Amino acid sequence: MKYFGKKLAGLIITLLVVSFLVFAAFAIIPGDPATAMLGTEATPERLAALREEMGLNDPLMVRYGRWIANFLRGDFGTSYNYSMPVMDMIREKIPVTITLTVMSFLMVVLISIPLGITCARHAGGRLDRAVIVMNQVIMAVPPFFSGILITFFFGLILHLFTPGGYISYTVSWTGFLGYMFFPAVAVALPKAAMAVKLLRSSVISQMKLDYVRTAYSRGNGTKAVLYRHVLKNALIPVVTFLGSVLADMVAGSIVLEQVFNIPGMGRILLTSISNRDYPVVQAIIVCIAFLVIVINFIVDLIYKVIDPRISID
Amino acid sequence: MKKKKSKNFIIGATITGIMLILVMIGCIWTPYDPEAMDVNLKLSGVSLSHIMGCDNFGRDIFSRVLKGSGTTLFVAVGTVFIGSFFGIVIGAFTGYYGGILDEILMRINDALFAFPSILLGLVFISLLGSGKYNVIVALGIAFIPSFARIVRSEFIRCKNMDYVRSAKLAGAGDLRIMFVHILPNTMNVMLSSIMIGFNNAVLAEAGMSYLGIGVQPPDASLGRMLSEAQSYLFSAPGYAIFPGVVLILMVLGFSLLAEGVKEN
Repeated sequence: MKYFGKKLAGLIITLLVVSFLVFAAFAIIPGDPATAMLGTEATPERLAALREEMGLNDPLMVRYGRWIANFLRGDFGTSYNYSMPVMDMIREKIPVTITLTVMSFLMVVLISIPLGITCARHAGGRLDRAVIVMNQVIMAVPPFFSGILITFFFGLILHLFTPGGYISYTVSWTGFLGYMFFPAVAVALPKAAMAVKLLRSSVISQMKLDYVRTAYSRGNGTKAVLYRHVLKNALIPVVTFLGSVLADMVAGSIVLEQVFNIPGMGRILLTSISNRDYPVVQAIIVCIAFLVIVINFIVDLIYKVIDPRISID
Repeated sequence: MKKKKSKNFIIGATITGIMLILVMIGCIWTPYDPEAMDVNLKLSGVSLSHIMGCDNFGRDIFSRVLKGSGTTLFVAVGTVFIGSFFGIVIGAFTGYYGGILDEILMRINDALFAFPSILLGLVFISLLGSGKYNVIVALGIAFIPSFARIVRSEFIRCKNMDYVRSAKLAGAGDLRIMFVHILPNTMNVMLSSIMIGFNNAVLAEAGMSYLGIGVQPPDASLGRMLSEAQSYLFSAPGYAIFPGVVLILMVLGFSLLAEGVKEN
């Protein structure tokens, strides 16, 4: 419980630091939100009035305080370009990006753990060697290119899905998840390859330790030793790794949304960046960072379950 | 006795060597002008005169791949240079001196770690505007935290070692100890992280150019070619496959090299 409390405190501090950094970055850039909203033709009086109304003359910390308070209440500001609340623009997109990230994360776990264990058990065998070579290649493929290849083979040649035929979750959940399957594979592939590699070497190095010999000497079979003793220890570096690649997977999801024509947060982020629509960019970046930090927090908790020795330091 | 180089190192060095030669050739000579368009050759396939075929404007894909790999490599080198230079300086000072500055910088570092480098790059691009040099600055800044973190932990490991103490006793100043004594001892770790960083930079640049906010035309870039090729996937699959394979080889060569360096 103490562990949970301390982690939660750490989580809140990181969230505040991250949101402040993002806020400060967008506050110090040249360019004035009032001019952005009114255009360059506006009179100086109009601009000054709007600046006062938007609170732009207040000190940075005051503005940040107001912004984060609004953010927590779900008010993400107003888009310069569309003059509508940012929340209304991204509300329906958030679940799309989260689904893609979570699906690919689950795929990484489901592929890498069994495959890593099998490779380690038959280290040096034919399957193991084939997987090592494949891993090395897959790690070098940029996710958007595997997305293009998947579109080509599974979409255009095998007709397993219609490229660009995205189905919204508001229409049909099964159709939605079905369409998200291939993008999720593309995000998951390189990370799964890395996780397999890591788990394999982790299991192999654990198998050489004394406690394994003791377990064998007590009459346990290979399977029992592997699943009851080794796996728990071997999984620790893998869980750390999974936590650390999560941020990359969110970024991967955003790129893959473009490849597969999925209207998630990535699309709005890109258009807002090219339009310099800062409130939208700011809100999406903070949302993504929050998502990463919160999932990392969950990973930390899982960590504790796997290895109770882990303490806060 | 000279140690036998690992297989990874040899394969990695070969692939990287070939890629570098091609890029260098691309800087001075390409079979066709990469910008020259020819409507008659639009999306034509592989032939003897155009070994990778032509794109949607009838431009020679091989020439564009040569030029594009040059751009990608240039951006990656610049990114790693900025990232590692500032990373080394920040990591060296925080690791060597510790204290409150170290605490603050590492907390910021942790926070930045929550951002994927490509996303951090996007933030900086939205502040700076797109274009080749802005991509280098944006990704360079985005890469500083990871380098700083590695250098810092190396400096913490080394700062109490005997050779550092004896250098201190011999009267060496802090700066001399940091950059003449400790830094060369971290080279092994640095070398492999620079190579990994290089790979990440290639992937990030390609990703950003694919998204259309990285390198801008008329500069050719592998990522941008791939995004244009996607619309012609069915009629001209080679248009996407060749730049993609070159991108993969570039990354693969360096990751094998990095592994070889670690093993040696």
